[in-house]
Amino acid sequence: MVTTFKAQVQNLHFYYGTVEALKNISISIQEKKVTAMIGPSGCGKTTLLRCFNRMHDLYPGNRYEGEITLYPEGKNILDPKVDPIELRMRIGMVFQKPNPFPKSIYENVAYGLRVRGITQKSIIGEKVEESLRYAALWDEVKDRLYHLASNLSGGQQQRLCIARTLAIDPEIILFDEPTSALDPTATQKIEELMETLKEKYTIITVTHNMQQAARVSDYTAFFYLGELIEFDKTENIFTNPKVKKTEEYITGRFG
Amino acid sequence: MSLAALVRRNKQYDFWFSVISIMCVLFSLLALTTLLLDLALEGIPRLSLNFLISFPSRFADKAGILSAWVGTFWVMFITAFISIPLGILSGLYLEEYAPKNKLTQFIEINISNLSAVPSIIFGLMALGIFVHSLHLGQSLLTAGLTLSLLILPIIIVATREAVRAIPTSIREASYALGATQWQTVKHHILPYSFGGIATGVIIALSRAIGETAPLITVGALTFIAFLPHSFMDPFTVLPIQLFNWISRPQAEFHVNAAGAGVILLTLTLLMNAVAIIIRYRVRKKITW
Amino acid sequence: MKTSYYRRIERFKDTCIRGILFSSALCSILITAAIVFVLFYESIPFFKSVSFKQFLFDKQWTPLFSDAHYGILPLICGTFLTTLIALILAIPLGTIMAIYLSEYASHKFRETLKPLLELLSAVPTVIYGYFALLFVTPLLQTILPSLSGFNVLGAGLTMGIMIIPYVSSLSEDAMHAVPMPLREGSYAMGATHFQTAIRVVIPAAFSGITSSYILAISRAIGETMVVAIAAGMQPNLTLNPLEPAQTLTAYIVQVSLGDLPHGTLGYQTIFVCGLTLFFITLCFNIVGHSLRKKFREVY
Repeated sequence: MVTTFKAQVQNLHFYYGTVEALKNISISIQEKKVTAMIGPSGCGKTTLLRCFNRMHDLYPGNRYEGEITLYPEGKNILDPKVDPIELRMRIGMVFQKPNPFPKSIYENVAYGLRVRGITQKSIIGEKVEESLRYAALWDEVKDRLYHLASNLSGGQQQRLCIARTLAIDPEIILFDEPTSALDPTATQKIEELMETLKEKYTIITVTHNMQQAARVSDYTAFFYLGELIEFDKTENIFTNPKVKKTEEYITGRFG
Repeated sequence: MSLAALVRRNKQYDFWFSVISIMCVLFSLLALTTLLLDLALEGIPRLSLNFLISFPSRFADKAGILSAWVGTFWVMFITAFISIPLGILSGLYLEEYAPKNKLTQFIEINISNLSAVPSIIFGLMALGIFVHSLHLGQSLLTAGLTLSLLILPIIIVATREAVRAIPTSIREASYALGATQWQTVKHHILPYSFGGIATGVIIALSRAIGETAPLITVGALTFIAFLPHSFMDPFTVLPIQLFNWISRPQAEFHVNAAGAGVILLTLTLLMNAVAIIIRYRVRKKITW
Repeated sequence: MKTSYYRRIERFKDTCIRGILFSSALCSILITAAIVFVLFYESIPFFKSVSFKQFLFDKQWTPLFSDAHYGILPLICGTFLTTLIALILAIPLGTIMAIYLSEYASHKFRETLKPLLELLSAVPTVIYGYFALLFVTPLLQTILPSLSGFNVLGAGLTMGIMIIPYVSSLSEDAMHAVPMPLREGSYAMGATHFQTAIRVVIPAAFSGITSSYILAISRAIGETMVVAIAAGMQPNLTLNPLEPAQTLTAYIVQVSLGDLPHGTLGYQTIFVCGLTLFFITLCFNIVGHSLRKKFREVY
């Protein structure tokens, strides 16, 4: 099977004020694959994830150096001329803690469409159902679409947040430790969901949980203290790591 | 519509909203400066030593604010003397001692309702209770009591917020050493919350110093040509004097009003500035 | 044993102090009881000589004239008209600034501007009265030459400026308390600041914003000096803001300044007005309370 690049990170440095949080990162993201980023707390994996949709632009004092090229058009998305809002319309994100808006389930999924100025009820209704079905939530919520999303369980809320992202057909979905606040059953459902999602979407996920990376991802990147230590196919990383640090981490000697 | 065009349209709302907001901010600041300037330009030329040491008079150019500022000083003294201990003690009780029961809940709801009661209603209550039932007369004491009750909720709320900010671990550390509740409060809670309480107290007093309506209802006099000798003497205060001068038709008295207004406003703003400084310094100093 | 003696004294002290603190906390209940008692005690004799029907439906309020009428409507009308004008100014302005400070402005700008805005409500109200009568009204008269010297418009607008900080500061607090991940969820979907503020932050902070409005309304209804100085002293059943009108509070001031003997019907009218005012603010507080309960923050 031929794989193509969806995004390419080249010599990326990232600074919070004067602190260099990412040091010279280069990594390629394959289309319609799951790329996992692992490493101990503070290693920069979440920081890198948030570079892909320029979330760092929301806070003053943050600075990028280097390039992230997004394909097919091959534009550097870190270029100040690129509008982060336009970028975020193409790249979805699912957060660590479920963060549904204080609205109904329906309105949560419809949010992205409304942001895009879509108002036709029929289009929105169709898209909401399709997204909820795809996120394997439809059967659980179809009778209470107009209830507040905060009444759902944690796992349901997280799948709602995924559905919310799916509704706008993103090209890449970023997952920021999506299961760290969930119980094992809910975690399993999200992992199964990621398996189906990669048929249509490119996925980048950050995880604390190495077993999860091993289960869901095709490629794994190991970060340590802001540096990319090793990047390879997941099976290679977990069975035959080339760098000693990686081996120490995945065998649980530190982290 | 292309994505870029869509984003451009969405950001247009952003831009116009910012413009409107800045206009609102400018309008508010303009209103504030106009208010201050209008008063200062009219009032500052009127200020002189004679203005400060003269009694009110039928002649605008001879009138002064001696009895008014002395009265304000007395009333504020009585107000502080009553409201500060009462407010801090109530706040401490509610935050540190009160059991979680219906009575406590009732007191809490009651305090939050009290702070929304218009000040003139406190004046009517004081007229009924202090003036007519307790026979304290239309005196400095009545005025001080009235204002104390009026600002009590502010002090209670400020005390509670300051005390609530102290982490439980500090209390536990003190109890673990065998301290009683009062010892814990005296040695830890009160000293650590001092800044927050002081800020609240000053803000409350700065509100009391400008209060006019409740003192009118309890019978402040507008023409006093002597200084009080006891708490039971009749009174006037700066805002009452100011109100009296504004209500006269002659423009010369309006100038006097502006002069008194400059003094009153300076006192108020000074108190607020002190409160802001204390709050700022406390926030910088204490880290848990 | 010396230590146990010391401990006993400390324990005794603790109990006494608890008692003292408890009684101070009870004071607030006493104050409320006193307010309710006085207002009713002085109002009941009034309603023995004046029927409820006249009180609620008579269109004139002239208790001090020989041809006395006791219809509260003109005063209520004056109160609501000034409040309405104040709110028309303060609520949009305050809300817009709150959104701007919470969602757009830098930390430094917010920390500077908030105390400055709060100064607006620190200025004594009697000085606002001066401002309304001698600055705002003459300014309005250059645009509306027919405006009378005492009028509802000038007083209402000045009151609006005065209550701006109640709306802006408290609404900003409520919006600022909305957790960042919620906003990030919205930004990550490609929403602008404006879309995030309107569609996510405001609904999330709705109950806090409502409280700020309710507080502003009660302040405006109970405000006394501005209207007593600048709105005039004639009860006037009108919806025209260019005319003078009297509010409940201004009437109380007017009577208090005179020398009505204790126990007369005229004297009792101020307590009746006080009771009406108390009742109106109470209603708003209850509405506010139930709205807060219904839309409690659910982040």
